[in-house]
Parts: sequence; C-alpha cells; structure tokens
Amino acid sequence: MTSKLLPFLVIAVVLFVVLNLSAGLIWVERRLLALWQDRYGPNRVGPFGLGQIVADSIKLFTKEDWIPPFADKAVFVLAPAIVVATALISFAVVPFASGFVIADLNIGILFLLAMSSLGVYSVVLAGWSSNNKYSLLGGIRAAAQMMSYEVFMGLALLGTVMLAGSFRLTDIVEAQRGLWFVVPQFLGFVLFLIAGVAETRRLPFDLAEAESELIAGFHSEYSGMKFGMFFVGEYIGVILVSAIISLLFFGGWLGPLLPPGIWFAAKTMFFICFFILLRAALPRPRFDQLMSWGWKVMLPLALANLLVTGAVVLART
Amino acid sequence: MLSLVRSLWEVFRHTFAKRVTVQYPEQKAYLAPRYRGRIVLTRDPDGGERCVACNLCAVACPVDCISLQATEDEHGRRYPEFFRINFSRCIFCGYCEEACPTYAIQLTPDTEMGEYKRKNLVYEKADLMIDGPGKYPDYNFWQVAGVAIGGKDKGQAENEEAPTDIHSLMP
Repeated sequence: MTSKLLPFLVIAVVLFVVLNLSAGLIWVERRLLALWQDRYGPNRVGPFGLGQIVADSIKLFTKEDWIPPFADKAVFVLAPAIVVATALISFAVVPFASGFVIADLNIGILFLLAMSSLGVYSVVLAGWSSNNKYSLLGGIRAAAQMMSYEVFMGLALLGTVMLAGSFRLTDIVEAQRGLWFVVPQFLGFVLFLIAGVAETRRLPFDLAEAESELIAGFHSEYSGMKFGMFFVGEYIGVILVSAIISLLFFGGWLGPLLPPGIWFAAKTMFFICFFILLRAALPRPRFDQLMSWGWKVMLPLALANLLVTGAVVLART
Repeated sequence: MLSLVRSLWEVFRHTFAKRVTVQYPEQKAYLAPRYRGRIVLTRDPDGGERCVACNLCAVACPVDCISLQATEDEHGRRYPEFFRINFSRCIFCGYCEEACPTYAIQLTPDTEMGEYKRKNLVYEKADLMIDGPGKYPDYNFWQVAGVAIGGKDKGQAENEEAPTDIHSLMP
C-alpha cells in the first residue's frame, strides 16, 4: 500500500514545492533587485511583504483574460500551457535527494535537454499566433537564440556525463562524492551557466522580450493568467536550471551535517539568487553580438572542453 | 568579459549598502518651509483677514481652480464672501501666492490631502483659513496700505505722512 502511494506523494511534494517556489520567486526577485538597487521592494503586505505573492496571484487571476480578435485562438491559448508543462515535466527526472525522484530515468540529461527544447515551441507559437509584428520578431529571436545556445548547452553537459559515465542524474551526483564536478569541469560549468540563462530567456539574454525594442516580444498580446503562465514558466525554468547546475556541478544533495534535501535546496537557491544578480547587473547585448558570441566563442569552447575531457578520461582508463 | 564580472561584483556589493528609501508613512521626508503644498489663507497679526478679494490669484491661476466673491464689511474692508479652491484641479504651481498683493494666500509644506471622493477636494473658506500669519509674521496689510477703513483714516498707516491739502501749496 505505502509503496504504491509513495510515488504519488513524491509527485505531490515536487509539484507543491516547485509551483509555490515559482510563485514565491516573484517576491524574492523583487526584493533582491530592490536590495541591489538600494531600495526595499515590496515590504508592506504581510510580514516582509510576503503577502505580495498572494496579492499578485489574486490580481493575475481576476484580470480580464482577453484574446485579441486577430489572434489564432487555439494556438494562442495553447502556447502558455506548453512552457509551464515542459518545465514541470522536466522536474520528473530531477532528484531532490537520494531516492526522492519521480522517475529516475537512465537518460535523465537527454530528457531534460529534450524538454527544454520543446519549451521553444511555446515562445515561437505565442509570437506567431499573436499576429503582431513585435510578437513575431520576439518569437523568431527566441527560436534563433534557443537553437544556437542549446547546441553548446548539451555539449557543455557531456563533460560531466563522461566523468560520471552515466546519463542518470542520481549516478552523476553519486560520482561527485569525492570532488564536485565544478573543479574538473569548470569551463563546462561556465558554459552551461551562460547557456542556462539564455535557455530561460532571462536577462541579459532576454532579447525575445526586450521591452525597450519589442515592447514585450512574444507575450505582448497576453494578459491575465495567460501572461502569468509565461511568468510561472520562466520562474520554473530558473529553478530548473539552478537545480541542474547544483546537481551536475555542485554535488546536488551531497554535503556534510545537514540533511540532503536542505543541501540541495540551498545550492539551488544560491543559483536562483545568482540569476537575479545577473538581471540586476548586466545590460542586454545586441542580437548579432548574442549570436556570434554563441556560435564563434561558446561552441568552440564547448567542443574543446569535450575533447580535452574525453582525452583525459581515455588516458585514465 | 572581465568587465561583466566586475559589474556583477559592484552590484553585489550593494547588498551591504545603505538603502535610500524613506519609509513614508512611518518616516517622512523633510519638506522645506517654502515647499509648494496645501494652500492656506492667512490672517494679519491682529487676527483680521488678509485677503482683500482682489481676484488676482484667480486670474493668475493657470487651471482656474480658485473662485471667490468679493464683498465689503461695515468698516469698508474688502473681503471674500466665499473663497473656494478646487484641489482636484490645483497643480500647486504657486502663481496665486506670487500674485497675491497682501500675502494672504500661501502654499505650505503639507501634501497629505488624499481623499476617496473627488468632491471632498473642494475646499471652502473655512477649510482654507488658518489662525496665524503664515510665512510673514509681521506683515499687516491694512496697516501699511494707504486706503482708509473704519478705525484708520488716511495718513494713519505705518510710515505714512498725513495727507497734504494741495490747495494750501503756494509757489
């Protein structure tokens, strides 16, 4: 009985934690941005302004859910669902602690990459179905950006896969008992971090929604909870990338004294805060800079990293 | 690339910087005495109304938010029968204060005038009139003006000589 219920319990806990965290990140991000801009941010509603999360949710849910008459209705409705669905499905393979994982796939990393690639559809379809030139430009930008950054995102990860000898995320974490992979794979870590930021379309790589030039890019026409879904999707993406970084390069739940779940949460939270620091500090590059940076610098570096890692692993065996 | 890392570090250092926000309802920002806020009507040091209902403020007002009606009391002093400022129109430009020949209308450093109903922003004379002389404590218009009113004839004002009978001026 308990063995049958356990997977459902894990699913419920993961969903609860991820969705609440992504809603809470609205508050975290605003407070942290404020901190780095010498302001206070939302601190009026409830203790430390935490009630702001509830207030924002109520606002989003009660706003008019408007579909423009010129939009392609079916696709327009579908697009925001895709981004949240793919991001949430990705969490199926993320181990929160030893054994605490929904599906411990033996191709976990490939599954993650596949799901993050599917996320592009959401943005492109949203831009396309809005029937608005700014939205379309945003969608095209997102497609080009995510295609080119996904290439070396996968390549950057392969170094850890080689060292661990497995695509399974729990195996990769267990392989880091002696030494976190951030030390032998530092270049891979930096590359993956940059690709991860680009993959979640966060600043400084938010060219798809660049408000100064494209108004809001692919979600210009979205309002109410559909717009909220894009936001939730983006935050889930941030949590996901932070979780993957801490799993692949920082030993996931491994750590002394504290229980494994706490270690994993702390590492993930650290990278979420780093994501927000990136947003607070860095300006947005031009689009051609972004593309040439991706193809001419990051991709060769990722390939070189792969070659050297491969040679070292080969020499050792 | 290095400059990006540097700017990350510079921003991160602001974690420990002092925050500049003034937590408004609890703390209040300092407003200078000559801040242009809520408009008041002031009185002479002897307690009389300063306003002589000359209408210059109403004329100077770019948004036409001042309306008043002049009248005269038994001593010959002009004063406004009613004096009304519609603060939902007022832009706090201070032109009325500049136009006023008697220092009657003055702007004060009070900005907390929020209301839920628009009509509550229409202030009548009773809402505008204060008991003191405002920013000019010693100024008393009727005591320096050359106008004769009840209790003060021509030539009895401060620094004023008694009127000369020009018929007695012989070459």
